[in-house]
Amino acid sequence: MNLWQGIEPSHLISLSILVPFIGALLVIATGKIPNLREAITLTTAVVLFSIVLAITDYTLQGTELKLNVIDIFPGLGINFVVEPLGVLFALVASFLWIITSIYAIGYMRGHNEENQTRFFCCFALAISSVMAICFSGNLLSLFIFYEVLTLSTYPLVTHAGNDAAKQGGRTYLGILLSTSIAFLLFAVLGTYSITGTLDFQAGGIFDENDDKTILGVLLVLFCYGIGKAAIMPFHRWLPAAMVAPTPVSALLHAVAVVKAGVFSILKVVIYIFGLDQLKELNTTDIMLYIGAATILISSCIAMTKDNLKARLAYSTVSQLSYIVVGALLASSVAAAGAALHIATHAVGKITLFFCAGAIMVASHKKNISDMVGLGRKMPITMIAFTIGAISIIGLPPMAGTWSKWYLTIGALEADKLIIVAVLMISSLLNIAYLLPIPIKAFFNSRPEGQEAKPWSWAETKEAPLPILIALCITSVGCLVIFFYPQPLIDLINLIPGVSTHINGEG
Amino acid sequence: MLEQHLAVLPIILPLIAAPIALILGRSLLSWGFATLISGLSCFVSWQLLVAALSEGVLSYAVGGWPAPWGIELRVDAANAFVLLAVSAISTLVLIYSKDSIEKEIEKSKHTLFYTAHLLCLAGLTGILITGDAFNLFVFLEISSLATYTLVSLGSDRRCLTAAFRYLVMGTIGATFILIGVGLLYMKTGTLNMLDLASRIHFYESSRTINTGLAFIMVGVSIKLALFPLHMWLPPAYTHAPSAVTAFLASTATKVAVYVMIRFIFTIFGADHVFNEMGMDLILMALAIVAIFKCSYMATVQSNVKTVLAYSSVAQIGYMILGVSLVSVTGLMAGLIHIFNHALMKGALFMAVGAVFYRVGSVDIKAFRGLGKQMPLTMAAFTIAGLSIIGVPLTVGFVSKWYLVTGALEQNNWMIAALVLVGSLLAVVYIGRILEAAYFQKLPEDTDPSTVKEVPWLMLAPMWALVIANIYFGIDTSITTEAASSAAEWLFQNNNVQEVSQ
Repeated sequence: MNLWQGIEPSHLISLSILVPFIGALLVIATGKIPNLREAITLTTAVVLFSIVLAITDYTLQGTELKLNVIDIFPGLGINFVVEPLGVLFALVASFLWIITSIYAIGYMRGHNEENQTRFFCCFALAISSVMAICFSGNLLSLFIFYEVLTLSTYPLVTHAGNDAAKQGGRTYLGILLSTSIAFLLFAVLGTYSITGTLDFQAGGIFDENDDKTILGVLLVLFCYGIGKAAIMPFHRWLPAAMVAPTPVSALLHAVAVVKAGVFSILKVVIYIFGLDQLKELNTTDIMLYIGAATILISSCIAMTKDNLKARLAYSTVSQLSYIVVGALLASSVAAAGAALHIATHAVGKITLFFCAGAIMVASHKKNISDMVGLGRKMPITMIAFTIGAISIIGLPPMAGTWSKWYLTIGALEADKLIIVAVLMISSLLNIAYLLPIPIKAFFNSRPEGQEAKPWSWAETKEAPLPILIALCITSVGCLVIFFYPQPLIDLINLIPGVSTHINGEG
Repeated sequence: MLEQHLAVLPIILPLIAAPIALILGRSLLSWGFATLISGLSCFVSWQLLVAALSEGVLSYAVGGWPAPWGIELRVDAANAFVLLAVSAISTLVLIYSKDSIEKEIEKSKHTLFYTAHLLCLAGLTGILITGDAFNLFVFLEISSLATYTLVSLGSDRRCLTAAFRYLVMGTIGATFILIGVGLLYMKTGTLNMLDLASRIHFYESSRTINTGLAFIMVGVSIKLALFPLHMWLPPAYTHAPSAVTAFLASTATKVAVYVMIRFIFTIFGADHVFNEMGMDLILMALAIVAIFKCSYMATVQSNVKTVLAYSSVAQIGYMILGVSLVSVTGLMAGLIHIFNHALMKGALFMAVGAVFYRVGSVDIKAFRGLGKQMPLTMAAFTIAGLSIIGVPLTVGFVSKWYLVTGALEQNNWMIAALVLVGSLLAVVYIGRILEAAYFQKLPEDTDPSTVKEVPWLMLAPMWALVIANIYFGIDTSITTEAASSAAEWLFQNNNVQEVSQ
């Protein structure tokens, strides 16, 4: 689908970054008229999605889109190159932005939040930088927009302005900024000093003869420098960011920001190191097991959390490490699974967050222990929650099945049985911490002495309509991707060196 | 005819204008006059930089006496670059000071302020373009004496002790430089820098020359506030009027760094200073300690001006670190940072001065709630602060990039790591202030209507610097070209081999 045929293909890249940016400016300009402001947000989101669709079209046709913006250093600067992995991430982020905008309108008004103009403005800015991250053609651009994303989301995290928000914001900015300056920038500069280039290239940019020890150190620096991937012990910022309003947690801290992290790791692994080179580094396995440990430990922590958003946050930490593990298995199938997990986890987790927000708006409940019997009051929300939860666990017929499938095959292909075991145990843990919530909501025994009465629509008290629409769309999305994953898989198979076919055949 | 004399104008203009500014008597008159003169010398500096980049060295014999007997002024890529930065900052600060000094300096002393400022500018430009070692000392004293006056003009009585302390330390530094230059003269019989350079070569192993080198290096280190000789700087910057601090922080110490570079590269020869005397290690160690110790000190201060003062000492560490790498990239990083740091600190101190203008205090507590009350000032502070931290798309990032690249070129991963970790401390000290401004409420006893944006004459120069922070952070072609040609010129000119490991 291409509505933008009249436009020079490479200009689509600048459009995809400029459209949300201009959207942000218009949001400020129309701040006094909320309806117009929200209309602008929605229009911008839809226009952006159509642009990304057009870019997808070109990518599937094999047209390469490139754009060189400016050279900051001689021969090195901000440039954009469209490649399939970035397109996948851009598709996910821009599509879910539309849904989240619908949701946010319902949520922010339902919750009577203050400073809504600032909120929608920063939101659009964050999306703008996410688009720039998606299409970055070299590590410098990626690093720059990674930082811009951190800074533009900071006002969203501290939106409430109270002590908890301040404390959360401090942790958020502290960890993300310091890891990126101390480790990521160091890794970028180290890479530059070894190779003399920072361009993403198929098969990596390092030479066969480069010192493996130094490359190993660089890999560790990259993994921890990209703090947004939330590998333990640098995961604290993500639970801290949960003080933000729920739409932020939903889109940014389940999709855009955290996925920008794991996306960067995949980019570095595929286009800077190259999967073949990665196999030969000593530290790959170390980071792989740290990732595996993150999966299990954060699942265990999630179980102890009674606050629903906190539980979901730790669940996200755990799921992000699926992608990290997939990338570090250095197998083409695992990398495909990791890329697919960006999309499948996104729809699943955003559904869960939407439900958490809906519960907060409609019944002002934050803690899981208070949600007993909530299925009667909020049946639609709780059904959507169940769907999202099953998708995260990775059971058919939900989207999460496929990514877990490919990750497991990848682990087998790489001959790492222990990772297979970790993935399986993690699925069990997911069941243990996610499913009790809908079970409590639906199948709770009624209090002593109370008559069993048949459920009727009259007793429902659902969240406002925009919220319901949003969470229905994403939960249907979980189902759709299960039955119709082919477009995503086609896109993933275009990534050089990555393939859903075992042993790279196909 | 004027073109011929272009090189002398940046010194002569402010020097002649200084007494006139005093005679004009009226605050507003002398403000306009001083700003005009400063703007003129900024324009001349631009012309000089263009000429130096295209033609190489411009030499000017003062009074028509040829070197080595007469005093020679030499403009090359290295000093023209710093010259432009200094005169541009001076102009911006003068524009800013009209309103700023209203609140900080007694009305009767306003003309004195402009006079001292112009004298200081004359001294600084003199240091930059003179080709004579003794003449350099003279200009150093002119600028220093003017600086002591400027610091002592503050309305806070503590500025007097600060100025006195600065006077004592500064005089020791100047005396050391004088002794050093004297020793060189004793052995070589000349004071012209180029002449010195060609003769010193024969006496390199002589103890007199090495003693001279030691005196000069220590003297200059006091002037540029290299750790541990920096103790005069924090009180002076804290208690001086804001306009003075903005000017000094972004020019005076930078010029002293330039003097050090000039002595090392042009007079003694980098080969002798670094390879034979091993000073690169001393400088590197001190620079690293400066970065960490003073950045840490900056995180625990409660007065925002002191915070920024300690930050300055730390940033000087970065410049010296660049020099101590003994490579074109390292020196270039040092030179670029001289320029870039001037942009950041100028903007930061101007923003702090704006806060003083409205709130009457620069304690970190005074910043509470200003994010809402003074949005433009605090936005300027935020952007310049991000630049100090080294966030991409600001000049701070460019400096850091070259410095780390320079270290990695020599496989010095340790230094590269230390530079990056050191910049994390900047996150802390800038973050504390921003948190007070944006997340704390205006104190109950303050009337919100009195705390509003400052006059546009203060905002305009502040934002000019902020925009420069971003512009030169994205389009680095001008700064990079100037700094790299300056660095290459300094290296080639005395045929030093770069250190490579």
